[in-house]
Order: sequence, then structure tokens, then C-alpha cells
Amino acid sequence: MINFGYTRAATIGEAIQAVAGDPQARFIAGGTNLVDLMKYGVERPGRLVDITRLPLKHMEDTPGGGLKIGALVPNSDLAYDARVERDYPLLSSAILAGASAQLRNAATTGGNLLQRTRCYYFYDAAAPCNKREPGSGCSAIGGVTRVHAILGASSSCIATHPSDMCVALAALGATVHVEGPDGARTVAFEDFHRLPGDAPEKDNTLAHGEMVTAIELPAPRFGSNHSYLKLRDRLSYAFALVSVAAAVELDGDRIAEARVALGGVAHKPWRVPEAEALLKGETPSPDAFGKAADRLLEGAVGQGENDFKIELARRAVIRALSQAAAGTPQVQSNKIVN
Amino acid sequence: MSPAQSGSAPEPVSVTLSVNGQTHTLSLEPSVTLLDLLRERLHLTGSKKGCDQGQCGACTVLVDGRRVNSCLQLAVMKDGAEITTIEGLGTPDRLHPMQAAFIAHDAFQCGYCTPGQICSAVGMLGEGHAHGPEEIRELMSGNLCRCGAYTNIVDAIEDARRGREAPTLGTPSLEAAE
Repeated sequence: MINFGYTRAATIGEAIQAVAGDPQARFIAGGTNLVDLMKYGVERPGRLVDITRLPLKHMEDTPGGGLKIGALVPNSDLAYDARVERDYPLLSSAILAGASAQLRNAATTGGNLLQRTRCYYFYDAAAPCNKREPGSGCSAIGGVTRVHAILGASSSCIATHPSDMCVALAALGATVHVEGPDGARTVAFEDFHRLPGDAPEKDNTLAHGEMVTAIELPAPRFGSNHSYLKLRDRLSYAFALVSVAAAVELDGDRIAEARVALGGVAHKPWRVPEAEALLKGETPSPDAFGKAADRLLEGAVGQGENDFKIELARRAVIRALSQAAAGTPQVQSNKIVN
Repeated sequence: MSPAQSGSAPEPVSVTLSVNGQTHTLSLEPSVTLLDLLRERLHLTGSKKGCDQGQCGACTVLVDGRRVNSCLQLAVMKDGAEITTIEGLGTPDRLHPMQAAFIAHDAFQCGYCTPGQICSAVGMLGEGHAHGPEEIRELMSGNLCRCGAYTNIVDAIEDARRGREAPTLGTPSLEAAE
């Protein structure tokens, strides 16, 4: 690993100032992804600003009946928090579908949003990659593409966002609280991550020196009508080929509102409001869910090796929505899909 | 703000942490991982460097009681932390119940992953979310065993878990040994 400077920040303002004033500086919290990337020489910060002592480790109820989660709450604490298990079980399930227990203990809420793609070529410092080295080209296009995007990709980049937690946050309509040199702001979750376009080096819409301080969830809905279904190459501890966060609100035997977000298929969690609107007023059925899946996957394009993901995603959406409507969410320890 | 100002050459950082109950004050380069500190500086070679990328779990230790991959932790960030490694869990004369269970169930072949498996298993039982073999398998998925001793590893952990829940059955409780 290259050497680098180290600053232990005592306040949020101090941390922001230290990063904003130094183009080579980066925040570090759990470090589970950043330290790994530094060992590969993919990330080469000149200075790390340690934010783990900052007062961002609490969860609090919001006046609107929601929940505000400090950016430094570890993934495991969030997943097993009694309020989250009771009110946002979709989020808890998605977190537990990701990584390993050791990584979830170290990784933070804010850091989960900022983890980088696991595209093989991004990790291989010897291969051209527009995300790692803008303008150098994309080695994935025409290469090994099993884990790559089928939606929203560009001729510059076909990488996917690796998070499970973010797929649930997208479906739940979370808000991201951000603080930077110019003050604090909030970002709707769908506007936080971006599509690659011709600037794949930018994973999200944060400016240099801006820090995620909290994630806010709206008041709980959907009760037990949710499911996080993750399909991958082994039963545990692998990134998603396709994952689905699904939630429905039932009014009698009809769907009052539905939410569906996909993971593992695009540069950001994939959500299409028009697809969800198709389910409004429908009776839950594979046919209705299939129509929503088709709309959600409209424009999907395979790269050859990952063509299977399009049909896999369609079937996974139908299955996850069926699980949600039946109130029988996917269990993350027993991987049998019912 | 501490220590060096931006733009200057990286300089060593003073860190004080406790490892297996013993306090150490060290001057460390920021790039030293907790795993390298344990193995190279403190000569506690029980924690193993397998992949060095957080994928195999051989480096698992307990930091303030929580299991983490020590290869992905920067030692300078652990100022004030209490670290427990396999060397701190038991002694040859008085094994930790999890160590005893691994021996009783023949839960290893080459043994390279075993310190990480045992630290991870102890951490997992402390978390309180494993209630049987199925959950043990899932919650231990961050520890790989190249020899494929998984069946016996799960049996050993399940045995230790039951002993912990019903210490009157003859196995000393984990708390008693910690």
C-alpha cells in the first residue's frame, strides 16, 4: 500500500475542511472498501481523514414518524436495531443479504452508499478503465461481463453499483443528509447515485469535501408485505447478479401502492415509478407483476455474457413481488426461494 | 486536528491500544494494518494473513468485542481500542470453550483458517443472532476453509453455543473464560 497522511478529525467541520482543502484527501470510516482498493492501487489518496470519532453514531425518530440514521451507524447495528427490524424489515433484510458478518460490523451506513463497483477491470490497475482512469477506455465492454449492467449503461462504462442496502433504501424512498464546505443539504435517494454517462469516474453527486451525515427514512409502511430477493453465484457472501427490493401496500385484495428496486443491474439502484404505477389497483398476480417487470426492464440490453440477467431479473421481480404480496419475505439464512 | 498538516510527508502517528489485556503505545505509519501490527510488530502470529482483502476471514479478531477483518483495519484508527486475538482467548492449559469444541469435533485439517474461525465464532455467539446450524452457516460465511472442514466447524460451534446456553451440561460458559 502507498503511504499517505493521516488526520483524526474531532468535529464534522474540521473533517470537511481537511478534505475540502486538499484534492488528494479522502474521508475514511469503516474502510472495508477503501483500504481494499488502496492495496490494489486503485485508490491512491494522499491523506485520509478519519471521521470515526464524529458524533454520527445515533439513530433518532423524526417528527414525521420516520427514522434518521447517523452515517457512522455500523451496518450490523442498523440491521439488528429493534426499530428497523419492526418498522423497516426490508432494510434489515437487504443489509443481512450483503457482505459477511465481519464486514457488516466494520462498514458504516454512509460508507455503504459510497462503496465502489466490483467490476473486475476497475480492480485491475493494469487494465484500461474509464472509472479508474478517465479516458483510458472500458475493458469490460467486449470482455467478461457476467456481473455487469443491463440497464442505464453507456459506451464509457457498464459497471454496477454493488450495494444491497441501497436497493432497499431506494425502494423505501430514503433521503440522504449531506454536509460540505458550503453547508448542509438533503438529496433524494434516486438523485444520490448517478448513471455513468461520459463521466463514470463519478459514482454519485457528492462534491469533493461533502460528507454523508445521515440517512432519513420516511414513516414506516408496507408492514410485512415486503421481500429482498438476492440471486448470486453462491448462497452467501457474494455480490448480486440480480437483487430485488419489493414492497406493496394492500387495500383489501388490491394493491394500493407498490415499490420495486433492482440491484446488480445498473450503475445505481434501478427504480422506475411508471412500473410501480402499473400495479396500482391491480390484484396481485404473476401476470400483473410480469407487466410491471417488463416496464421496469424496458430498454434492458445485455453485453453477451450477461444476457441471462434480463430474464433472471424479470422472474426475480415477479417472485419478490409475489413474496411481498403474500407477506412471506425471503429469509436470508435459509436461501430456499418460495 | 492531529497530526500532520495537509501536504507534508506522511509521518508516524502515536497509537495506544490494548491487545489481549496488555497496553501498547506505538508509533505507526498510517498504512500499517491492524493485522500487520499484530503479526509483524507484536509478534502475535495466530491471526493469519490469507487473502489480505477481507474475503477469507483468516485474520478475524475482536475489536472492542466485535469481530472484524484485521487486514482491512488501519491500526492508527484503533487508538484506544481493545483487541482480542486467538492468543487472548485461552491458554494451552485452559482452553476457551470454543477452542475445546473445535478440537473435540476435529473442526480443522491444516489449521490455517482456525484462529479466524474461532475468533469469528466467539464474536458471533456474542452477537446473539445464531440460533442453530442454519444461521451458524450463514453468519460464518465470512470465514473460508480451504480444507473444507465446514461440517465439523458448524458442529463445533453448535456444541459451544448449546454449552453456552445450558452451561450446567458440563461445558464452561464462554463468559467465564473471557
